[in-house]
Amino acid sequence: MLCQNCKKSEATTHIKRVINGEATESHLCSSCAQNSGYRDLFDDFSFNLPGIFSSFFGDTALSLGESRLDRCEKCGCCFDDIIKTGTVGCADCYEKFYSKLLPSIQRIHGKAKHSGKIPAIHEQEAAVKEKTTEEKIADLEQEMQKAVAEQNFERAAIIRDEIKKMKGEN
Amino acid sequence: MTNGNDKQAVADVVLSTRIRLARNLKKYPFPARLDRDEKKAVCNLIKETLDGEGLTHIDMETLSPVEAVSLAEKHLISAEFASNGTGRSLLLSENEDVSLMLCEEDHIRIQIIEQGLSLDEAYKKADAIDTVIENKLTYAFDERIGYLTQCPTDLGTGMRASVLLHLPALSRKGAVRNLTATVAKLGLTLRGSYGEDGEILGDIYQLSNQVTLGISEKAALQNLDSIAMQIVTQEKQARAALIKDEDFMDKIFRAYGILKSAYKLTSKELTNLISYVRLGAAEGLFDIPAERLTALTTELQPATMNTQSDAPLTRSQRDIRRAERVREALG
Repeated sequence: MLCQNCKKSEATTHIKRVINGEATESHLCSSCAQNSGYRDLFDDFSFNLPGIFSSFFGDTALSLGESRLDRCEKCGCCFDDIIKTGTVGCADCYEKFYSKLLPSIQRIHGKAKHSGKIPAIHEQEAAVKEKTTEEKIADLEQEMQKAVAEQNFERAAIIRDEIKKMKGEN
Repeated sequence: MTNGNDKQAVADVVLSTRIRLARNLKKYPFPARLDRDEKKAVCNLIKETLDGEGLTHIDMETLSPVEAVSLAEKHLISAEFASNGTGRSLLLSENEDVSLMLCEEDHIRIQIIEQGLSLDEAYKKADAIDTVIENKLTYAFDERIGYLTQCPTDLGTGMRASVLLHLPALSRKGAVRNLTATVAKLGLTLRGSYGEDGEILGDIYQLSNQVTLGISEKAALQNLDSIAMQIVTQEKQARAALIKDEDFMDKIFRAYGILKSAYKLTSKELTNLISYVRLGAAEGLFDIPAERLTALTTELQPATMNTQSDAPLTRSQRDIRRAERVREALG
């Protein structure tokens, strides 16, 4: 059987996940499995406690030397440190190593999109963004009416479509 | 949960509810990357933020090991928090329903404990404190992955909700293993509580949510509540069958007899015997309020007994005093 991801190499890793009652199965080659955050089964046979925690993280950092140089500016932590300790250094680390952490986060939780309480300050930010979209639509509507008044129906139609598109995205 | 039978069934099986929220401040690295002075600075900042909320500040460095372990025995702090107080603080409400561990695994761990099954109430309290802090300090938060925590297992809502269940009948039936596998499929964890060396003492189990990212607080609480109710129903059915067993009835009455007349009781013995008596009381065999039994198991743990005594007690003295207190309580 070929790897379901790259469809080139032989699939050697069978991954079965059951999250919230939903079972998914995939057959991957070893390199695609590693890239998705699944390490070799036997890597987990280390019995030190941080090791057990860090087994949550995929072996994304195989190139240890390189990643040591890439450090978080705020806390000085590199991705190696995160893997070894199973703990993240600071809020900025999540930003800096987001793409490397994401497969592991998905593996732990099944999903990687927050749902639930949002601090008010972030809600306000989100509201501001939304308002600007609304404002943009209002501006376009004015422009469209102007085009109609000028009997420039071709332009009005283009603007109408644009408004439709923006409303659709919201 | 509205009808009276259900209410009684819940009271018979669910001991307590716990909600924990993990939060971090954006400005500081997570606690593992902070030295003592930085931890103290974080603790002070949060303490000042919550001035006027009626919480007592306890500098963990000033506590004796016995005092710290006693707090852990009462589930007000984690065992890890008790074992190392450097730079850490605890904020505690007078009736001990609200506790905040500062600079444990995360900068802030808000914890609420309520008697019985009370997930919504407990969450409301935790949420209120969370909002007070949020209005004054900036949390580490990301729109994609929620509240940022030191360990990625807590990302998202940062909420761990749990209920403590007394499951003697399901344990006897050997049904807990199956149940554990079933709830795991629903994103929940069921595990023995009060365990030493992996041993489950007193048939007490903790049911909690496993997944924190991608599921809202409300949905997670509803899920937990509904599964807890189903387990309560199963336990009550199993109990009805179990108390028809004469040998088992004998065990219940013998346990009651030992507790009423023993001269010495170890903590472990008490926990195991009280499980039978709790079951007997719930099924109407003895007239003892469940809360009194819960209070006994909490108060008569080794470190907590030592904090209530003027001089440190030897193991043997503790066992004698424990038996005395149990005899008094059971009249």
